[in-house]
Amino acid sequence: MLPVPKGLRILIADDSASDRLLLATIVARQGHWVLSAANGLEAVALFSSERPHLILMDAMMPLMDGFEAARRIKAMAGEALVPIIFLTSLTQGEALARCLDAGGDDFISKPYNPLVLAAKINAMNRLRLLQETVLQQRDLIATHHEYLLNEQRVAKAVFDQIAHSGCLGAANIRYLQSPYALFNGDLMLAAYTPAGHMHVLLGDFTGHGLPAAVGAMPLAEVFYGMTAKGYGLVEILREMNAKLKRILPVDMFCCATLLCVNLERRQVEVWNGGLPDGYLLRADRSERVPLASRHLPLGVLSVNGFDPRTEVHPLAPGDRIFLLSDGVLDTSDSHDQLFGVQRLRDVLAANLQPDLLIEEILHALNDFGGKARDDVSLLEITATDEVSDSLPTLTYSDSGASSPLDWSASFEFRASTLRRFNPLPYILQLLLEVHGLRSQGGALHAVMGELYSNALEHGVLGLDSSLKHDALGFARYYEQRASRLEALQDGFVRVSVQIEPMGQGGRLTISVEDSGDGFDAPYVLNLEPAEDELYGRGMRLVRELSRQARWSTDGRTASVEFFWE
Amino acid sequence: MSIHLDYSVLSALQDVMEDEYPTLLDVFLKDSELRLLQLRSAADDRNPDLQALSLTAHSFKGSSSNMGALRLSELCRQLEERARQQESSGLTELIGKIDTEYLTVRRLFNAERQFFID
Repeated sequence: MLPVPKGLRILIADDSASDRLLLATIVARQGHWVLSAANGLEAVALFSSERPHLILMDAMMPLMDGFEAARRIKAMAGEALVPIIFLTSLTQGEALARCLDAGGDDFISKPYNPLVLAAKINAMNRLRLLQETVLQQRDLIATHHEYLLNEQRVAKAVFDQIAHSGCLGAANIRYLQSPYALFNGDLMLAAYTPAGHMHVLLGDFTGHGLPAAVGAMPLAEVFYGMTAKGYGLVEILREMNAKLKRILPVDMFCCATLLCVNLERRQVEVWNGGLPDGYLLRADRSERVPLASRHLPLGVLSVNGFDPRTEVHPLAPGDRIFLLSDGVLDTSDSHDQLFGVQRLRDVLAANLQPDLLIEEILHALNDFGGKARDDVSLLEITATDEVSDSLPTLTYSDSGASSPLDWSASFEFRASTLRRFNPLPYILQLLLEVHGLRSQGGALHAVMGELYSNALEHGVLGLDSSLKHDALGFARYYEQRASRLEALQDGFVRVSVQIEPMGQGGRLTISVEDSGDGFDAPYVLNLEPAEDELYGRGMRLVRELSRQARWSTDGRTASVEFFWE
Repeated sequence: MSIHLDYSVLSALQDVMEDEYPTLLDVFLKDSELRLLQLRSAADDRNPDLQALSLTAHSFKGSSSNMGALRLSELCRQLEERARQQESSGLTELIGKIDTEYLTVRRLFNAERQFFID
């Protein structure tokens, strides 16, 4: 038997004095406090002033009957449950039903059985307490919910500060992103490297809400920070994976596609870990190259197991790269069928006007799913013809008081280092300590990048850039690059830098020497740089952006100069 | 025809009321006299108030059944029914019967009370 409730305040309303006395005695002996009323009006007034927990209400009373009194009392009680047990000698079913319709919770017939009365009071009290608990919990939940929403607002504000330095608004990027993207775990970042290339990230974190958003912030910091310093995709991928592996719980990770669009070299470097295929759409509609996932998502593998190897594809002006999150493929219709890859490919194949592609995909999704989608991420990057003439300006945060103006340094990077280390960000960081050089930061990055990659690829690895003149050769070039680099045992790249004051300003001399076989420099320098001739392009850029660009006769050493006032 | 007084009901009332038992009997008797007055005035030959009659009869029926006065309760039930059916004939006669039955019940209750005077 359940425990008897501690004394409740119970209101008894009955127009018969002897019945009132009898009930009051029964109820009082059960341990409760009794209030008495002789009619409905008195009952309502007593309820208003004393707020009893439970009411025993006679149905038929003069002045105001039990039904009307019950209605008024229930209205006053509001959300709280004040059980009303009707006292009645009515026998017809219709009359009894009337009791319950009027808001009564139960009834008890005369003559009263004290045991039954006690049992009913206890049962009604349990219900009353249940209602009280429900209301309390509802209010608690509402408070917590408000709190959570506020936390999310704050998280989003912080995140927006981190994300503001991106270039998603560039003219050659179009995208569709849900307003709830951050809290759906979808991330879209784009930023220029100092050399003028564009890094793009599309990410999809497991989970939703704050946990997904929290993972996005360190990732964005790494992406923007390292891109701004001139790091390549491989270093950035390693760092992002290591960071997420370290900080995220075991079951959280980020599916991502990372791109480096190099319009100067007319190529795009791609890494896809866990996202659906992206697509490289040729301007002449000749082919549709899938950019498939070949890796596990970020944050799953440890440092040793992680594979940052990228694929490189040629990119002609007018080509487009298209990325999407799995919200697109997972769109389902009313029969729980998925939109799927084939339907997407059909839309891509049918598209005639490139400008309308994103709209067409969205229409197809809306038609299929029967409602507008607010959780898909689509990103389209178009390769434009003109390389931007002005490289992005770099920002610095120090005071400018100390600037090293008269020094030199040289480095030799040998085989095992060349395999896994990109020295450029460090050398450039060193050079950009010279304040006079800072306004030319972009040019420095571009030139050093060119010289180093030429030294490594053509010099040390002995790759023949004429391979890159068609798509098949292109793929073969990068396969060879990867395998030769992996197998590298000997060889070096030497970089020397010299800073000397000159007049009010100074001069920087850089020379890059490789251990390769060299090439016939004077011959190549005299070649007309043809429209599609990738070989000549690097040297043209170097000569445009620097002064006194010179190559040794054997082609193994290149040197350039920069001046500042 | 039902009995005048169900002593098992009275016994149960004694258990519940304990020392207050005589008080309960007194309250019932006083209340009942009031009820009878109400019944008579409502049954005024020239202008019977059937609504009031039905309500009072209902109430009296309830309290008398609680006290074990079964025949009294039954008579009140008949009166309530008749008033509800809008039958205004024979009301005075029925009230007369109720009055007589009440007097019997009162005599029996007073006898009961004798046992509890200390």
